[in-house]
Amino acid sequence: MDNTSLLVTLSIALFALGLLGVMIRRNALVMLMCMELMLNGVILSIVAFAARTATVSGTVLVFLVFVVAAAEIAIAIPIVLQLSRRRHTLDVSAYGELKG
Amino acid sequence: MNAAQALLWFFAAGALAGGVLMLFARHPMRVALALIGSMLSLAGIYAVLGVHVVAVFQVLIYVGAVMVFMVYVIMLLDVRDPSFLRRYGPSLLPAALLAGAVAVALGAAVSRSTLAEAPLVASLGDPEPGTAFAVQPFAAELLERYWLHFELTSVLLLAAVVAAIAVVRSGRRHDG
Repeated sequence: MDNTSLLVTLSIALFALGLLGVMIRRNALVMLMCMELMLNGVILSIVAFAARTATVSGTVLVFLVFVVAAAEIAIAIPIVLQLSRRRHTLDVSAYGELKG
Repeated sequence: MNAAQALLWFFAAGALAGGVLMLFARHPMRVALALIGSMLSLAGIYAVLGVHVVAVFQVLIYVGAVMVFMVYVIMLLDVRDPSFLRRYGPSLLPAALLAGAVAVALGAAVSRSTLAEAPLVASLGDPEPGTAFAVQPFAAELLERYWLHFELTSVLLLAAVVAAIAVVRSGRRHDG
């Protein structure tokens, strides 16, 4: 197994683990962290392919993704804080009014 | 198997173990610590690959900013939450099946793509690894070719700051 396929397999595994965590865990903060794990898996695949082909643009893309992730978490956490303040719990099953 | 190869496998195992631990840990703080371990392992992988810029950003931005923020919020919120006792939602089996299906589909898509057969330019364990990914080429690429994207991220960050303040203030108004 060469390095690229090892890293891509790892990135797929991390993405699937994060997806599973988002779907099965009840705690809103844990779901957020599992989403971060999914994002980390995607970033790992970008870096693996960029390192394989020696593409510097790949690292720029990763840097921009990092900035977007920081902005995402800066908005997501206040939303979770507001939800928990209103319902006094982090259990997502208590947020019934979010149903579509 | 040389030392770089062994380190790569070690960090890959660490990242995977962190991801698995995140599913089973009960308290969000342990989940956060598992995620931090996974992220640090990924930073190790990037460093072994020679992409030092990304490794440093991974530690600085993810572990240093995002996860510290997360840990603060976990400490801020109540410890005795019902979601800490019952970890999992009702749809455990369908979720596992769906995640497995997504993993299989992604694996099939990647194994069929030709990107993985791209010519190997940077090989692991070079005497001088990472010259293509040193700070200077990265900075030149970022500020010469992608300067517009770089400037747009500042707009995005400003929008994020304004949105965060708006969310917090609208919540205060509802509380009365």
